[in-house]
Amino acid sequence: MGDMIKGNIAVAEAAVRAGIEVYAGYPITPSTEVMEYLSGRMEELGRTFIQAESELAAINMVMGVSACGRRVLTASSGPGISLKQEGISYMNQMNFPCVILNVVRWGNGLGSLDGSQTDYLRETRGGGNGDYRNIILCPSTVQESVDLMYEAYDIGEKYRCIVEVMTDSGLGQMMEPCEMPPFRELKKCDWGLDGIYKVKRPDFLNRNIPAESETYMKKVRAMREAEQRWASVDVNDAEYVFVAFGLCGRVMEGLVDELRRKGEKVGLIRPITAWPFPEKAFAALKAENPDVKGFITVETNGEGQMAEDVAIYTRKHGLGNVPVYALAYACGVPKDAVVTADFAKIKSGQIREVF
Amino acid sequence: MAQERRVPALYNQAKFCGGCGHGVLVRLICECLEELGQQKKTICAAGVGCSCHLKTAINVDLIQSPHGRAAAVATGVRRAEKDMFVFTYQGDGDAYNIGLAETLNAAYRRENICVFVVNNANFGMTGGQMSWTTLPGQITATSPHGRDCARTGDPIQVPEMIAFGLKPAYVARGAVTTPAEINKLKSYVRNAMEAQLNGEGYSLVEVLSACPTNWGMTPAKAVRHLAEKVVPYYQLGELKKRGE
Repeated sequence: MGDMIKGNIAVAEAAVRAGIEVYAGYPITPSTEVMEYLSGRMEELGRTFIQAESELAAINMVMGVSACGRRVLTASSGPGISLKQEGISYMNQMNFPCVILNVVRWGNGLGSLDGSQTDYLRETRGGGNGDYRNIILCPSTVQESVDLMYEAYDIGEKYRCIVEVMTDSGLGQMMEPCEMPPFRELKKCDWGLDGIYKVKRPDFLNRNIPAESETYMKKVRAMREAEQRWASVDVNDAEYVFVAFGLCGRVMEGLVDELRRKGEKVGLIRPITAWPFPEKAFAALKAENPDVKGFITVETNGEGQMAEDVAIYTRKHGLGNVPVYALAYACGVPKDAVVTADFAKIKSGQIREVF
Repeated sequence: MAQERRVPALYNQAKFCGGCGHGVLVRLICECLEELGQQKKTICAAGVGCSCHLKTAINVDLIQSPHGRAAAVATGVRRAEKDMFVFTYQGDGDAYNIGLAETLNAAYRRENICVFVVNNANFGMTGGQMSWTTLPGQITATSPHGRDCARTGDPIQVPEMIAFGLKPAYVARGAVTTPAEINKLKSYVRNAMEAQLNGEGYSLVEVLSACPTNWGMTPAKAVRHLAEKVVPYYQLGELKKRGE
């Protein structure tokens, strides 16, 4: 078992080992330890750390590094990620990959510093102007944060897409034992700009936009097909299946065990990719367990944002008549006793389905 | 004896309006890149607006930056590729209005890049709206009664802000008016490039240009207007010389 390490530091070190050459970012609680750590660490390794004047500048610096085919990281939290949307949209247009860490904090606007899942809808729908998707990885432990951050660069380069690792205040601040992966060699992707103008630009005044769009959507379809990830627990004979990601997913892994011991037939689907949403988990469940009585999302946001996706994809896979409930707890980490009590209310009809 | 007309190989199709100074600047940049042997190791971060035409005007690697952010994009390129020649190509609306923060902060960090800004005293691509460099009293699409500086602030002079407030390697302002001024402008462009190649730090060259289309003038009249009205307002020359 590895050493105890704080989530934000661990995930930063994972990016270092994945081979980032540049970090550019701007301080914001609760992600700031990432840049504090990297300010010293990158210099020690002869790599580049830039404290940018804003999140906006930081994502544009990331764009410049990525355009050269090099690995690069930026990290922030809710409001800072909002500022980055312009660059994220531009990078999607030009198929420049990068990895972004969003240590989510609660709320609209300035919000608060509490851990939360209020950014789910924005992250899964793209976020900026245009017609694009980013792969959203949702770890539930420090070890999983490290493993996903390390792999995120390979995924991003495979599709030339943006990959976001979405943690939250709790996961960023907690300490857990963690194994670190080995150092990768620094690399330059062969498509990266190298100053010789080897890839000719198309004439921007005579674009074939339907063809451009179709090329991009082929990539989106490939990502949707190949990158869905999830963990399932006891779903095949479950009457009620919880759906929860991140720290909520971790709480529910424990609580499903406990409820099972009490004789409740419950299961869990824990999405590891928020996008692409793991619809295959629901298709598989339909085949194995067509008698499921309800899906219950457990989330830390206001309205149960993920319940929308559960409704969409259960309908797509023949489970459209199964009610979808949302247990949404705003922020923090849901307590077993509270979820257990609310589960009883769902069964007794006191809490109604949202879809 | 007639001299052969030599067009730089980097120079492609400039699709700017007749009488616009952009094409001249692009050509000077191409000439200097070739003279300094940088044609196979250059990356440009291009701005939004008329600067978008750079995509067809120049045969170098180019990143279409978001509006105003070219200096931040160029910073990323600079840090990723230590051996490349890196420059931004922007208009005044791009570099001085929406991108003022990125422009000043790149200069503040003494980023080893060149920033070329075409100042035509309005937003060209969107149809001639007031920019921060629009002259007092100038009529534009968003100052139909003439720019009232009491309400809008005075024309911004970013080269002076950088030259006298920060620590750049080189700052100059030229104009596309006469062959003599164009030759001077070329020396500014070349100095800016040499500063970067010598690792001296940040350089900015502002280029006063006519905008006949949006000024509502013939090219000849617009260039006269540039020389008689715009140039007297903005100081031409080297505001910060190398090694000073």
